[in-house]
Parts: sequence; structure tokens; C-alpha cells
Amino acid sequence: MPAPIRLRELIRTIRTARTQAEEREMIQKECAAIRSSFREEDNTYRCRNVAKLLYMHMLGYPAHFGQLECLKLIASQKFTDKRIGYLGAMLLLDERQDVHLLMTNCIKNDLNHSTQYVQGLALCTLGCMGSSEMCRDLAGEVEKLLKTSNSYLRKKAALCAVHVIRKVPELMEMFLPATKNLLSEKNHGVLHTSVVLLTEMCERSPDMLAHFRKLVPQLVRILKNLIMSGYSPEHDVSGISDPFLQVRILRLLRILGKGDDDSSEAMNDILAQVATNTETSKNVGNAILYETVLTIMDIKSESGLRVLAINILGRFLLNNDKNIRYVALTSLLKTVQTDHNAVQRHRSTIVDCLKDLDVSIKRRAMELSFALVNGNNIRGMMKELLYFLDSCDPEFKADCASGVFLAAEKYAPSKRWHIDTIMRVLTTAGSYVRDDSVPNLIQLITNSVEMHAYTVQRLYKALLDDISQQPLVQVASWCIGEYGDLLISGQCEEEEPIQVTEDEVLDVLEGLLVSNLSSPVTRGYSLTAIMKLSTRFSSVNRIKKVVSIYGSSIDVELQQRAVEYNALFKKYDHMRPALLERMPIMEKTASNGPTEIVQTNGEAEPSVVEPKHPPPVGQPASQGNDLLDLLGGNDVPVIPTTMPTKPASAGGELLDLLGDLSLGLSLMAFYLFDLFKTVNFLSTGIPPMTAYNKNGLKIDFTFERANPNPNVAVITIHASNSTEADMTDFVFQAAVPKTFQLQLLSPSSNVVPALNQGTVTQVIRVLNQQKQQLRMRIKLTYIHKGSAVQDLAEVNNFPPQSWQ
Amino acid sequence: MRFLLLFSRQGKLRLQKWFTPITEREKKKIIRDMTTLVLARQPRSCNFLQWKDLKIIYKRYASLYFCLAVENQENELLALEVIHRYVELLDKYFGNVCELDIIFNFEKAYFILDEFLMGGEIQETSKQMVNRCIEASDMLQEVRCTGTNAHMDLNHTRSIVISHVVFICLFAGVGILKRLGFWCFTKQ
Repeated sequence: MPAPIRLRELIRTIRTARTQAEEREMIQKECAAIRSSFREEDNTYRCRNVAKLLYMHMLGYPAHFGQLECLKLIASQKFTDKRIGYLGAMLLLDERQDVHLLMTNCIKNDLNHSTQYVQGLALCTLGCMGSSEMCRDLAGEVEKLLKTSNSYLRKKAALCAVHVIRKVPELMEMFLPATKNLLSEKNHGVLHTSVVLLTEMCERSPDMLAHFRKLVPQLVRILKNLIMSGYSPEHDVSGISDPFLQVRILRLLRILGKGDDDSSEAMNDILAQVATNTETSKNVGNAILYETVLTIMDIKSESGLRVLAINILGRFLLNNDKNIRYVALTSLLKTVQTDHNAVQRHRSTIVDCLKDLDVSIKRRAMELSFALVNGNNIRGMMKELLYFLDSCDPEFKADCASGVFLAAEKYAPSKRWHIDTIMRVLTTAGSYVRDDSVPNLIQLITNSVEMHAYTVQRLYKALLDDISQQPLVQVASWCIGEYGDLLISGQCEEEEPIQVTEDEVLDVLEGLLVSNLSSPVTRGYSLTAIMKLSTRFSSVNRIKKVVSIYGSSIDVELQQRAVEYNALFKKYDHMRPALLERMPIMEKTASNGPTEIVQTNGEAEPSVVEPKHPPPVGQPASQGNDLLDLLGGNDVPVIPTTMPTKPASAGGELLDLLGDLSLGLSLMAFYLFDLFKTVNFLSTGIPPMTAYNKNGLKIDFTFERANPNPNVAVITIHASNSTEADMTDFVFQAAVPKTFQLQLLSPSSNVVPALNQGTVTQVIRVLNQQKQQLRMRIKLTYIHKGSAVQDLAEVNNFPPQSWQ
Repeated sequence: MRFLLLFSRQGKLRLQKWFTPITEREKKKIIRDMTTLVLARQPRSCNFLQWKDLKIIYKRYASLYFCLAVENQENELLALEVIHRYVELLDKYFGNVCELDIIFNFEKAYFILDEFLMGGEIQETSKQMVNRCIEASDMLQEVRCTGTNAHMDLNHTRSIVISHVVFICLFAGVGILKRLGFWCFTKQ
């Protein structure tokens, strides 16, 4: 068998291959040769073959058949063999293969070898890839070597001990005695590795941390020597003496000083010294300064030192070197929580970094900018951030948009500004906005009541320009559906009102339905919007036509909606106005905010709406009433008050409706916001009652059970006034027996309009733990026709279901 | 430190050092990710990027990219210095090191790395010490088998002569070999 080719030759040959296939062929040939050579158990060439195998492994080819050969090489007496053998072990073997355990004995022997370089090889291999079992077996040897006077071995043993501790933390105690005089070494290699070992021990065990705190003065002294000593050719890097060791010591000091006043005080001076004396022209100096800043921020340093640290970071921000700017932004991000004001001083520089060309820097600057936004700088910051949103790469847009929304929500100086900001984000980065932002935005818009006209107008104009950005389109179509009447009427205080006809609006919405750019969700939104407009516009026929077309749409969701709306037109036309009237303000509950809103939007899949969902009773109804008043229509206001009085039929019809469509509590239920009373009636079955009726003032009580506590009855009072004059300063008070607890929420208003034009509502929550019969005493005060009226009454005719 | 990779501008791997146990498949995936990420960077961008929970520090020297992954609490600027120090060590050893040196002498590059770093930490901060150790280890190598010694630089002719002497003394017995090896080291 001819001698296997040399490594160098093989490399040269493989590099001449022009295609991947050619290379693979050569490698396969060589692998076959190597395999047969291995089979022959040839000691002379084993080393060469394994070296070649390692090369092929680096190219990406499998080399597992060489694992055992590596072990044989390690066991050999020749240094060359051992060198390649250990290298092979580190590259080809790992803990997962049981083969590696066979190494343990060899390593043990080599740890006690007479040549330090062999010992070094063994320590290196153990320290790089030793498994827990190996570490357990050999920890004793490592510990012995840690105490040797040979600095070459000592430093390797220290790092090997670090690895052992990482693998088997329980063995940490074993190395404690050997650490006694590690720091008194002069050799920098040993010093460095000792600091690493001490750091590892302190990070893992609070006891060790406490134990090693006494080393702080020694560490401070070593650091001082490093800084003050003159030029040392061995360790000099650009004029700084052993920066690696300096940084490591600073890191250990950070761990030792964290949370401990005494240690922190002991280090204050040296930290100040390092911070002021280090040469900053080269990267090395800045590396040390960076570590110093990190240490100062973490320990209990005095405020002067902290200010110094932040100023260093500020200087970093102005540095030409990109790396240093990046590092500064990262550190400032960490400190912005604790030292907010200090970081604010550098705000303008940080905002400038948004315009940097480097992607990493831009991202950090963006995160930091959001952290710095507060009530004072919101306008300026938002301008910069929106400009950034316009011009940044797509990978940033989603995060930036979410950040802008969050910041705007927290610190918006005015509602108009808030709406404008949202509009700006939707129009510039509309397609990158997260899906869950849409319901949040809708909720925000409904909450700013006075801005409805302005909002819908702007959204409409935006739609005319561009219908490709789905979140924008969804929000816009929802708003048009809700506030289309405001759009048509052209009443807008904030801006020049635009002249829009009903047909134009319907054109736009229909356009959304047919456009290829619209996603199915968007189509759902626009169909619902069109439907809602049937109560707000007069061109009902057109809407009916559109809706009926989609009754046979391929999209199941659209089809379902269209069919239901058709049914609404045909069979339940009298309910249509009530169902489609203005949405009340949605409360954003902390726990289930988004889901609740999604359901009430009616844009979710037809999941069952639990009747307990309706939010605080008082407000929404009155809002609805106010807006109903705006819309006029005499029959409309009647519904909230009359519905409770003919419960059976309404409920019955509703049940039929539900039965017919067999959808359970269908999408219809979603619109029953104002008819929640009916829904609640259905679910609770408690009939409403008249509590008081005198002098034209009538007070009705409606009931529901509040979940999760079934002992709490929620009563809504509806006060209406059938006289010709308003009742102003209306105050309703209630008292209950001692066994109950009463909570009175705020009323919708204190003016009861005349001639039953509206009602004042107020919510009473009664906790009835003992299930006793509910009794209440009420006191009414109001001003009617110029004179004050006061009345007391007892309410005893509570229906039994309300307190059982 | 978690890993150190060296690769060419075409994405060919020249050296891989892993400081934590990882499966072969994961290693391949990481190598692919790193080469894609680093090679896609603009020429004058900063040398740091965030990848999963690690910080990646990379630097280009001639046609080779040095890519080092460190944990989040480590100092990136110092990592740049670590890369630079390694390049300096290679340069001192090979004399004006170029990519070809590392291709043809990859095992030497590994040996030098193993004298400089161990288990993800720096083991020796003095350039001269590392060089001395490598040279001494080289001298202990018996000349024949791998043929790797043939490529040693002219600067190392002295060590070649001595290694030949060592080879001859092999027959004189292990004890003399040991003593001679030791003597050669102190002579440096």
C-alpha cells in the first residue's frame, strides 16, 4: 500500500476542483483510502490521515469514522500524534457520543505527563469539551495543577477549573483552597485566568461572593498598578497596559460591588481614575472606558461618579467610530430606567442617531428614543419619530408604528393631535401596522367623541388616495360606517368640511369590496359599514342591492354577513335602526380589552357572546341616547325605554330571529349594545319595574346580574320626565338595609329632559350576600319650574328574581 | 464567548471553534446563518449585530471574516481587541499571514488559538508568551509524519535545525530527548 498522500498535497488537489461534484469525488476517493489505512492499523500514517480527515470535516463532509482514531492518537507517545489527536477530539467528538469517555484515562495520564506541553494539551481539551462525567473524574487532577508553581500550567488549570464548575457546579467548593493566593501572582496569564475563575465562582454562589468581597482592596491595587506602571512591552496594546486584564478586573469589581456599600466605596477612587485617565483615541481605551461605565452604573456609586459615567456615554455618542456609538446607545438603553433625567440631556444626539446610515445604530436609537418620550417632549419627539417612520427600512416599520401608538396613547397632548398622529402612521406605514392595533385604534376613535366628524373626514380622504394598506382601510371603513352621517352632513369644526354625497361614499365602500387589494377581513369591514349606513343614509335601496349580491359570495364570511343583513331588511326591518345605531364608548378593560372590543366590533368570527360582557351600564346607554337625540327620529328614543316594557314579545322575536338563523347568539347580538338590557333580560329573566311615578317623574329599574359575583345585582335606574319643563339638578340617592351593600355609580347627567325626550340613567350595584328580600329607600331632589323639589319613597316591589 | 468562525468572502469556512457543546446540525445551521448575516452587511457599518440572544462581533481582514459570538454581558469593544490579537498572533507566526496560510496550515491556526483562548476565555494576555509556547511545542514535534513542518517560515530555520537534532536524539533515548527539548526552550 503506497504511503498516503500528505495533507498539503490533499489540500492542493481539492482546491483545484472546479465543481462541487468534482470535489466530492476527490473527497470520497480519499476517504476510502483513509478508511482502508485505518483498518490496517498503521501507526506511522495515522496522524497524517486524521489531519486530512479534519480538513475534509471543515469542508463539511462527514468524518465520524475518524473518532476512534483520534483516541488512538491521543494514546500514542509521540507529541505530534497527541497534538493532532487532541485537536481531532475537540473537533469531532462531543459529549453526546459515549466514545469521548474513553478519553478520560488518556487525559488523566497526560495531566501527569512530564512534559508541560502535553499536560497543556490535556488541560486544553478537558477545558474545551469535557463532559460532566469527565469533569467529575478529573477535577482532582485539575485542582492539583491549580496549585503548581508552573505558571504555564497554572493558568490553564484555572480555566479548566472554570469549565469544570460550569459543568458540575457542586465541585466549586473543591477549588476554594487553591484560590487563596491566586491574586498574588505576578504572571499576567495566571492573574487573568484567576480573575476569570473568581468571577465564575462569584456569579454562581452568593456565599462565594461574600467570601471574595475581601479581595476588593487587592484587586483595586492590581488595577492601579496596571494604570500607573510605565510601558511594559509584554502586555502593551496601543499604550495601554494589558487591557484584557483591566477589563476583567473591572468586571469582577462590578460583581463584587453590586449591592454592597463598602465595596462600592472602596472602588470609587480607582473607577474615577480609570474613567479620567484612559486614553480614548483607540478602540482599546474605549473598551476599558465602556467596562468602567458599566461597572459604575451597576454598583452603588456616588452620584458624581454616575454623572461622569453618563457623560462618558454622551461623549461616545459623538464619536466618529460607529462601534462606539452603538455601544453607547446600548448602554444608555440599560440606564435609561434608573437615570432618566441624565439620559434626557443627550436626547438630541440620540435623535440624530436615528438618521445614521447603520442599521444596528438605527435600531438602538429607535428603542432608546421611545424610552425617552415623556409628556414634555412628546411633540418634538413624535415629529422626529414620524419622520423616521417615513424613511426607515421595512424591518423597522412594525416596531416603530407600535411604539408610536403606545407613546401617543400615553402622552398625547390633545385628542386632535392623537388622531392626527394615528392618521399619519396609518397613511405612511399602514401595511406594517400590527393587526391588533386596529381594534385599539377604533376604540380610541370612539372615545374622542368630539373628533368623530374630523376623524371620519380625514379617513375618507385617505381612502380616496390609497386603498392598499389594510389596517388603514379597515379603520376607515369602520368609521365611515359609524359616522357616515357626519361625513355627509359636512359638519366639521376642525377643518374645512368637504362636500361628499351618499353615493360617493357608497362608491368608495363598494370599491373596497370588489378590489383585489382588499383582504377578506377588510371586505367584511366594508360590508358591515355599508349595512350600518342603511340607517344613516337615505339610499337604502342601493344598500339593499349590494347586500343581496353578496348573499351568494364565495367567501363564507361575507356570505354569512350578507344573508343576515338581508334577513334584517326583510323580516326584522323594525329592529334595524336599533341594531345599527351608534356604538357607545367602549371601555377598555385591562384584562380582556382587545378581545372584547373585537367582539363588539362584530368583526370576529361568530363566537358566542356571553351576556355578561356589556360594560358599565350607565354611560353607554346615555351616550346612545344623546346621539340618538342628535339623529332625531321620534320613534328611535322610545326603544330603549319601551323594550323593557314589552319584554316577552321582543325577547320572543329575538329568540325567533336567533332560532331562524340558527346561529346561536349571532352577529346580531354584537350590535345589541344598546339593547343589552334586552339581552340581559333574556339571560337573567328579571323583568324591569317602575319604582317611582309621581309628578311627572318616572323612575324605572332594570336588572342584570353582574358576573363574576352572582350575589351582586346591578340595577339601572331610568328617570324620565313627562312634564313640559326640564328637571335640572336631578340627584338620585338610595339607601338599603344593613344586610346589603350599596354602590352608586355616577349618573349620566343631572337634567331630565321634558316630555320624555330622554332619560337620565344611573347604575346601582347591590351586594346581597344573605339573599334577603331587597328593599330600598330612595330620595329624589331636583329643580322643576324654578322651585326645588324633594321626595322620599320606598321601593318594595322588587321582583323576586332580583334578590334570589 | 460561544464560538469563533473564520470564513472567506465566498462563505467558505476556514476555521471553526465552538466553546459550548452543540450538535452537528446546529453547527451547520449557525455557520449558514453567520455567513449570510455577516456577508450581507454594508462595507462601512458597525461591527456588531444582534443574533438571537448573542452579540456577534465580526471584522474583515483582507479576504477573511472573523466572526465571534459573545454573551450579552460581555464587552463588544474588547471582543474586537480579542479578534485583533488573534490576527496579530497568526501574523507573527506565519509572517504576513494571508488566507492561504490558514488554509494550508489550519491545524497550526487551531494550535495558536488553543494557546490564546480556552473554554471561551482568554488564557494568555502576552503576545510573546503565546508565541514562545507555540514555538516550543513545534519543536517537540517529530518531523516525519504529517509533513506540516515543511511549510515553516525562514524565521524558524533555527528551530528546524534543532528539531532535526531532536529527531536524531530520539534514538538516544527518551531521557535525553526530554532534556534537550527543555534546553531548547530555555535557549529562546
